[in-house]
Parts: sequence; structure tokens; C-alpha cells
Amino acid sequence: MKILKLAIKNAGRHKLRTGLTIVGLAVAVMAFGLIRTVIDAWYAGAEASAPDRLVSRNAVNIIFPLPLSYKEQILKVPGVEKVSYAHWFGAYYTDPKQFFANFAVDHHTYFDLFPEVIVDSQTLANFRSQRNAAVVGQILADRFGWKPGDQVRLIGTIYPGDWDLVIAGIYHGRDKTTDESALMLRWDYLDETLRATVPVRAGYVGWYISKISSPAEAVRISAAIDSMFKNSLAETLTQTEKQFQLSFIAMSGTIITALRIISYLIIGILLLVLTNTMGMSARERISEYAVMKTLGFKPFHLVQLIADESLFISLSGGILGILLTFPMASGFGEAMKYYFPVFETKPQDLLVAGIFALCVGILASMFPILKATRVSIVDGLRSIG
Amino acid sequence: MKIPIYYNYRNLLARKLTTGLTVLGIGLVVFVFSGVLMLAYGIKKTLVATGSEDNATVIRKASLTEMMSYITRDQVSIIESQPEIARGPDGKPLVAGELYVLISLNKIKNGDAANVVLRGVGPASMLVHSGVKLIEGRMFTEGLPELIVGKSTAQGFQGAQLGGSIRFAKQNWRVVGIFEAGKSAFESEVWGDVNQMLAAFNRPVVSSMTLKLADPSKFTALKERLEKDPRLSVDVKREKEYYADQSYAMTSFIKILGVVISVIFSFGAVIGAMITMYANIANRAKEIGTLRVLGFKRRNILSSFLVESILLSLAGGVVGVVFASFLSMKTISTTNWDTFSELAFGFAVTPEIVAYSLIFAVVMGVVGGFLPAVRAARMNILTALRAE
Repeated sequence: MKILKLAIKNAGRHKLRTGLTIVGLAVAVMAFGLIRTVIDAWYAGAEASAPDRLVSRNAVNIIFPLPLSYKEQILKVPGVEKVSYAHWFGAYYTDPKQFFANFAVDHHTYFDLFPEVIVDSQTLANFRSQRNAAVVGQILADRFGWKPGDQVRLIGTIYPGDWDLVIAGIYHGRDKTTDESALMLRWDYLDETLRATVPVRAGYVGWYISKISSPAEAVRISAAIDSMFKNSLAETLTQTEKQFQLSFIAMSGTIITALRIISYLIIGILLLVLTNTMGMSARERISEYAVMKTLGFKPFHLVQLIADESLFISLSGGILGILLTFPMASGFGEAMKYYFPVFETKPQDLLVAGIFALCVGILASMFPILKATRVSIVDGLRSIG
Repeated sequence: MKIPIYYNYRNLLARKLTTGLTVLGIGLVVFVFSGVLMLAYGIKKTLVATGSEDNATVIRKASLTEMMSYITRDQVSIIESQPEIARGPDGKPLVAGELYVLISLNKIKNGDAANVVLRGVGPASMLVHSGVKLIEGRMFTEGLPELIVGKSTAQGFQGAQLGGSIRFAKQNWRVVGIFEAGKSAFESEVWGDVNQMLAAFNRPVVSSMTLKLADPSKFTALKERLEKDPRLSVDVKREKEYYADQSYAMTSFIKILGVVISVIFSFGAVIGAMITMYANIANRAKEIGTLRVLGFKRRNILSSFLVESILLSLAGGVVGVVFASFLSMKTISTTNWDTFSELAFGFAVTPEIVAYSLIFAVVMGVVGGFLPAVRAARMNILTALRAE
């Protein structure tokens, strides 16, 4: 206990240096927490998926559609309770570079399958009664200043032309992980327009979503659905919703790996800063260590003295950094909310950051410990720092 | 009179551990900073290299990429008959009507599925995309389910090697050749006979047309005529610009995120430099006093310590840039968000990136060294000389 007190006193001897080191560590820990939060934001879609939902898409690639007739066939598979479908619409509002998710959905069934998307009864009634109605998420509505009842013109890319939609209402997410930045319009509106203009493209959907009786049946049901359409022109690939989402995340795997590497480099800089500080202190105090040895302190006392000081600094920096992560992440998340609709720092990221700070504290004390314990009393006393 | 830089240089060498750790810290930050810029530039460079200056790309109006585009048969014949188009050795116009779709292939590395561009090409395509050359095997035979595969795709995906086979549209397609295309996005694609593919996918129309112009300066005239033609509804772009536009989402995202991270990250290194410089000054109080006695002014002391800090950070900058430039030996691949398909590219260095990185390092040195240098300059001669 006495040694710990002495170690903390030692840390206070160069207040400026110790203070700077703590701030440096705090910034690094915060940067680590921020990068980890960015990585989590990528996985938010997969985390939000339900285990009892399957997604069937065209086996060649999701850009190829599936015939509408598959719906009745999928419903016949034992274990499938409800089926809905959606189609990527890919339109933009005024500026093509301002991306947002928009898809055409079956207005009868879609929201029944997604209980985490909360749509009030008025909105749902509007959506079901008006052909060109659309439901939008809160974040998207805020972004473009849309209110229920507004007329909105989207410009088609996959389906050419101007699409005039009426905002039926705004949906909210039940969970923090629910994406509130999408727009859903009615599939039948899209289909009827296509029937009049490009009839060959009508009658197709992008993917089917099935609610199944139990997650344990997922493998059997997926196989049953896919085998029904084997050797047809549009073979299906059925996955759990989570696998489906993860397959999109895997496409950006390289970017995520790069971010992970950068987060480890940050730990590296943490180590460099603290090693530098501890190294300086040890060099200046060599003669003191010799005095302590003369007084009868054993090497393990010195080990404890140096390690305690190092840990004291690293943990102070670590805790400060963890506290700073919250305001930083919310500011960053606000600035990037159109890229990352869900941006939440997870406790486990901060725990990892704390553990790294602890390890850095131990590692940074190694070199000064070696120096202090190895030096002979005579050399130590002679040393002039 | 100025204090010679050699003095600073010797001082930095005197404390090797501290100097080394500080240089390494700044080096790490510069490594990340220049690595991110090289990554963003690598994507752009690959896409810019894909388009030729003398080609024009025709896609359906308001479609952002070929994937969303289609051009009907009667439109094809109007476009083919434009007078600006160059003619091939056989006298036919150099026009490539191509089908552009995505297929899912699994990566060799981890089995993950990725979207790969499958391009149905015609006889004129090899002449229009003049950078494309077969390096292994042979050209596909028209009318057979055969494919030629870009070099990057062949290296990265299961079944895409010479002699392998890829299944889509109820058929197995045999890989008979591998091509390279001057490190462009074509090397991430798979090519086959356009007519075979239209039949296999049950599609009546091609996605896009690429025209080789006899005289690139006539582009504007061609663009205006085609875009105003009431029988057509198309956008005409220079091929180079068409591909360069596809780098927008990725490069802006990487740059924003990378620069934000580097700036936050740089606080750590700046503080490291500050600690080192404060310690240098504390240890050298007597020297500073002596220099003042010898007649050096306060501002000489200030600039000398600032120079020392800049030397330190510049060394870090050089270390960071040198290690980052090793990255350019590596090829990486990811989904390009603008096209939703896999793109292989390398980190690419430019003189500008090197300059920005070194400037960034020097800024870190100035910020980290300024306060300590001020402290050194403000030291009282007597107290400084009396210091231990």
C-alpha cells in the first residue's frame, strides 16, 4: 500500500508530463472506441434481423428478380406462416449522390412481417388506401423535411421516369438497431406502371421474406423452398435474414479489415507515448532507485513501484478516454447519420479499450523495470540522469 | 545569429530511445494518413484507367450505371449509324453493344460471395476496349457457353481459373482464357459472347453501347445529337468520365473517415512530441542558459527548438511515407458502392500524397513543439545556468 502511495506521488512529480500523457492516452482510447463503433454500425442490419425470418433471392444474383407466382408456392411449404415480398426501387430525390434505401413492398403483408417497424394505424390505412402512397422512416423524413401528406417526386434509375408519391406517414423503429432511413412504396403501383410502359418487366419481385414457425426449422425450410425452384429459369437461394444481411456486409469486408488494423495501430501509439514517459522517468530516477536499494528495498519493490505508476497513468487515461467516447461518438454519429443510420457505442468495445489500456500500462513499465532492477547500486548512485 | 541545425541533429541523436519512440509515433499517424489517401486514389486510378479518351458510352437516360440501363434494338441501329464513329479494319463501325449483369461468385480466400460483373461482349468489343489483351488460353468461341476472365477475378474467385467453370442461367460456362487490361476495372470482370448471354438470361436487349470515335473532338456534336433525338432516350458520356464517376461514393467515404481518424489519431502523436520536447528542454536548461550567455537571442532559442521539433516530426513523416509506399505492392478488392460489384485495385502513391503527408507531419511537429519552445525561450538566464 505504501508503495502504491509512493508510485502515485511519483506520477505527480512532473505534473505537466503526466497530464499530457494521460490526455494522449485518453485521445487514443477514444479513437479506438470510435473506430469500433463505426465497425459495429456496419453490422447493425445483421444484428437487427429476426431468427424466424428467411429471405429468398435469385440464386444467380440479387439483381435478377423472381416471378410473383413464387409467393403461393412458398406459402405451401410446411412451416412457412406468412410470406411477403419487396423489390429494390433505387430511385433518388433531387440529387443522385444523396443515397437512401427505397423499395417497393406488398402493402397487405410487409409490415406484418416486421414488427420492429412501427407504423401507426392511420399511416397504415393511408398506405393501403392510396396507390402512390409511401411510408418513410423518421431519419429520412427529417433529412428531406418530409411530412405526412407531402407530395414527393422521386427520379427513377432502374425504373425510368418521375415517380410522384404521397407520404402516407412516418415509421419508427422499435429497437435502437432498427433502420429509420428507408422509404417503402407500394409494389402494385410500380407493377401497374410497368405493365403500361415496359410489360416484360412487370410481374417480378426482388426477394421474398418468409416468417417461419420456429428458427430451428430454418435449414429444412430453406432447402425445401430452394428445391422447389431447382432447374427453373429463376432458381432461388434462401437464407436466414441474418445470413442475407451478412452477405452484404461481407462485400465491404476489406474496408472493415482496414478499420480493424487502424484500431490496432492506435493501441500501438498508446504504447509508444506511455513507454516514452515511463522511460524518461526511469532514466531520471536511476540514482533514486540505487538509494532505495541501499536502504534495503528488494527488486520486487521497485517492480511494484514502477508498474503501479505506469498502471496509474494508463488507467487514468483509459477511463478518461472511455468517458470521452460517448460525446465523441454521438457527435460523429450525427455527422455521418446518412451513412450509418444506427450508430451506438457498445459496452464491450469500451471493455476491450480498457483491457488494452491495462496491457499497455504493463508493457510500458517493462523497459524501466529492467533498467531499474539491473543497475548496480554503485552505477546507479553515480548516474546523473 | 542562428543556432546551427547541426546542434539539433546531435541532440536528437543523443537520446536515441526517446527520439526513436517519438519518431515512430508520428510515423504511425503519417502511415495511416497516407495509406488512406493512397487507398482512395487507388480506386479512382483504377476506374479512370478503365475508360478511353476516344470512347463514348451510351446508356439509357437517367440510369446511373450500365446495370440499370437497356437499349432497344431499334435504338441500337440508330446509334450505330452515327458518322463520328471510327471504322474497324473490316470497314464496320467500332460499336460494342454489351450486356452488363452481376453474378455471385465465392472468394477463394474466405468463401464469401461477392458480385462480379458479367459482360456479354461482341466482336467489336476487343477493338473498342483496346487495352484488353489475352494473356492465357484463347478467346471464347461465339455460340458456345465459354468465358474469358479478367486477371483479378481469376486470382480471387472459385471456379474462375483457366479450365474452371462457372454456373449461371441453368448452364455451366467454361473458362477458356484470362485477360489483362492495364490494371483497370475490366480485370475484375468476366466476359462472354453477348448473344449467348442474351439468350441464356432471356433478355431481348443490350445494356449499353460503347462507341470508338474517329475524332474525339467531335464528341460534343455526337452527344448533343443523340441526347436530343426524340427516338432515343439516352445519356452520352465520355467513357473516361463515366468510369471516373463510379469512384465517387467510395473515395469520398474513405477520405472523410480516414482524415477524421488521422486527425484524432494525430493528437496522440502531437502529445508524444510535446512530452519529448519538454523533457529535452528540462534536461538542457544549462545549455540554454549557456547559449543565452554566448549572445543568442530568445528568438534564436525559440526557432532552434521549433526546428528540432520539426526535424523530429519530419523524420517520422519520412518513416510513415516509406512504410506506406510498401502498401502499393498489395492488391486489394472490395465492393464498389457505386456499381455494387467487386473491384480489385492497388494502393497508389502520387507526389501530392507524399507532399500532403510530409506537410501533415510538419504541422504535428510545429503544434507539438511550439509550447515547449516558448518555455525554452522564456527561461531566465540565471535560473537556467543554476539548473542541475
